[in-house]
Amino acid sequence: MERVPVLKIGDILLVSILIDMEDQVALQLQEDLADRIVETGCHGVIIDISALDIVDSFVGRTLATIASVSRVLDAETVVVGMRPAVAITLVELGLSLPGIRTALNVELGMELLARERVDDFIDDLIGDDDQDDADEAVVAAS
Amino acid sequence: MTAGGDIAGMERLAIRSDQDVVRVRQLVRTLAVSVKLSLVDQTKLVTAASELARNTLVYGGGGTVEAGRVDNGRRIGIRIVFADQGPGIPDLDLALTDGYTTGNGLGLGLSGARRLVDEFDISTEVGQGTTISVTKWCR
Repeated sequence: MERVPVLKIGDILLVSILIDMEDQVALQLQEDLADRIVETGCHGVIIDISALDIVDSFVGRTLATIASVSRVLDAETVVVGMRPAVAITLVELGLSLPGIRTALNVELGMELLARERVDDFIDDLIGDDDQDDADEAVVAAS
Repeated sequence: MTAGGDIAGMERLAIRSDQDVVRVRQLVRTLAVSVKLSLVDQTKLVTAASELARNTLVYGGGGTVEAGRVDNGRRIGIRIVFADQGPGIPDLDLALTDGYTTGNGLGLGLSGARRLVDEFDISTEVGQGTTISVTKWCR
């Protein structure tokens, strides 16, 4: 059985799907990615589907599952490179891929992940400040 | 009922494995290009064929597909007929409802495939099997 390679680039795992995947190959990719996220500690996954001329409900569901599993493992997934005809077909099929981040190409996908990472960092800082304020308020009240 | 007989240059494939589902996609893609379906219509037809081929495998326990060019005098198109001798579909209306599934899929295969083609005919009998014929016409 063929396998889709997973490349590590800095803090990102990059997957380019270049073959017409059998269902088993898609499921294997799902497992491989989960393993690699844990092994590398990467915080971003980019899945490039620009070579796919169709995405059916099985592949669509697999992409959604990959995104959910990644999130649980503290990694954000971006699906990039979807062809216009594939987007039209997916929506008509009834699959709008909720919960999946998309970008038009790998470069924009990387920018999106980098931006999210900074936003999360700032949110964490602000969140801590709020917590400190709340602690002070408690101290002041007592 | 649409039989495979009126399909010109008909190609026939067995659907018994995941690999066969890929072969069905490749066959339909080649046919769709040969009659010059638009890119979006090619994509829709191949996607519909992928859904129905998987249904034939998963729910029908395997079967056959016949595909080829059709001509109604005004337009040409591609017709694909999926047939299995599986358990059949007891409640067709329910099976054609978005989100309904007896398996572990999304329940979009049958209802979604119907939206992606121009003609969709289904005949099914419990205990006998299911035959689905879909057609996409060139615009």
